[in-house]
Amino acid sequence: MTDAAQAIAVTDLHKCFGPLEVLKGVSLSALQGDVIAIIGGSGSGKSTLLRCINMLELPSAGQISVHGEEIRMKPDGHGGLMPADRKQVQRIRTQLGMVFQSFNLWQHMTILQNVIEAPVHVLGKTKAEAIETAEALLRRVGLYEKRDAYPAFLSGGQQQRAAIARALAIQPLVMLFDEPTSALDPELVGEVLSVIGDLAREKRTMVLVTHEMKFARDVANHIVFLHNGVIEEQGPPEAIFGAPKSERLKKFISSIH
Amino acid sequence: MTDETTHALAYTPEDLPRKDSFLKPHRIVLMLLFAALVVAVAVFMRWDWLPRYLPRLGSGILVSLAMLFSTAILGFLLAVPLGLAQVTGPWFFKAPARIFCTVIRGTPLLLQLWLLYYGLGSLFPQFPAIRQSFLWPYLREAWPYGVAALTVSFAAYEGEVMRGAFAGVPSGELEAARAYGMSRWTMFRRIWLPRAIHRALPTLNGETVLQLKSTPLVATITVVDVYAVISKVRQETYLTYEPLLLLAAIYMCLTGILVVAFRYFENRIPTRGA
Repeated sequence: MTDAAQAIAVTDLHKCFGPLEVLKGVSLSALQGDVIAIIGGSGSGKSTLLRCINMLELPSAGQISVHGEEIRMKPDGHGGLMPADRKQVQRIRTQLGMVFQSFNLWQHMTILQNVIEAPVHVLGKTKAEAIETAEALLRRVGLYEKRDAYPAFLSGGQQQRAAIARALAIQPLVMLFDEPTSALDPELVGEVLSVIGDLAREKRTMVLVTHEMKFARDVANHIVFLHNGVIEEQGPPEAIFGAPKSERLKKFISSIH
Repeated sequence: MTDETTHALAYTPEDLPRKDSFLKPHRIVLMLLFAALVVAVAVFMRWDWLPRYLPRLGSGILVSLAMLFSTAILGFLLAVPLGLAQVTGPWFFKAPARIFCTVIRGTPLLLQLWLLYYGLGSLFPQFPAIRQSFLWPYLREAWPYGVAALTVSFAAYEGEVMRGAFAGVPSGELEAARAYGMSRWTMFRRIWLPRAIHRALPTLNGETVLQLKSTPLVATITVVDVYAVISKVRQETYLTYEPLLLLAAIYMCLTGILVVAFRYFENRIPTRGA
């Protein structure tokens, strides 16, 4: 289980919100270079699963390892778990570049300041070094000209591209995307997907929660279909979309198209 | 990658008058009327006392400003933990902070000032320990009580403002800070606090102007601020309107400077649709 090629390993993960059990024992593993797309209807627990990986949501039971290192957890006294070592969680989070549905750019900083914030104030890089990396990343996502603009003055697509640059700036081992295009107007979805597609093509390890089925099929090498908190079916995209086995997956795919 | 979507517009404060808009006919008439009023005030009222009192007026203004800035800064430093305690604190922080803000905001500042000065100030001399302490030379003066009362009042009002500002920072931005591995302290220092202050700036501006106009209350406990100097002028010259008009003009100028200074800081981070 703990070989270095293992980017993420989730074992028997449970998550309850009060009496509601959102995840009922999910296991998932990503090797380096994997692009895993998690699909499923709303309320299936797919975002919760992703948010558990970097401990933004604390699991109720189960194990999570990143790069072979298991996150140490202890009981929180209310039937759930909490981090045993907050420093370890902070360190592991710097290996996970999270991109949110609602961008969550820091509104009091310019785009460039957003991108260099974590490298300078978390990873302890020098400002000059961080700016150099940040400018290269902003060039990649096509936002170099907007580096001194404030987020509120950018379109949703531009904000999400900036947020991707911000996540890449910490040089993460794995990128986590939580429905990155769901908050965007339809005409802005393409520009964000093309940036994510580029990342997938250069064999960057990614876990992606998405509603864009065509996109998932194109970029992912492994699809996970989540239903009511359990993995109903998983496999390569051709099998999942070409020859779905479970009735629920068939129904889900036909409802999307 | 296409960038035709939306182009970020530079912030243009459309609410500020442009140069040519000053030269509209109705504006010229109003300006002439105002100029005539100023000339009439200068010519037909008595101002011969002014040169004699100028030095004292100057030091009075300095005392007023010192009162304003020291209490606003100290008060704000107290307001941050007061606001934070009410938003995230456990009950044993939350409850005292809320009680403090409610009590101070619910009673007149003049009453607090007199309770401190005439109440506490008259109790202190009865304790030899206090009389012999290094603080005694200060506790015999009036201004520490003025500073204390104004600071406490500002802290209570701003604590309430900061509570709202802290609570109003979108949780997603704080979540992003955590997701990139920030410790709680880094997140507070780099994201939560600056974001809250930015949100609160327009309110802080108004509150600081109000604070300026609360400072004359310290004249009632023998601190010689600009209001006290003007009162002295009135007693000695038997004039009513001239000193009061001058006092109004002084406060208006100070307010104007404060507003412009705050606006400068607000505009450093443009807000869309402001």
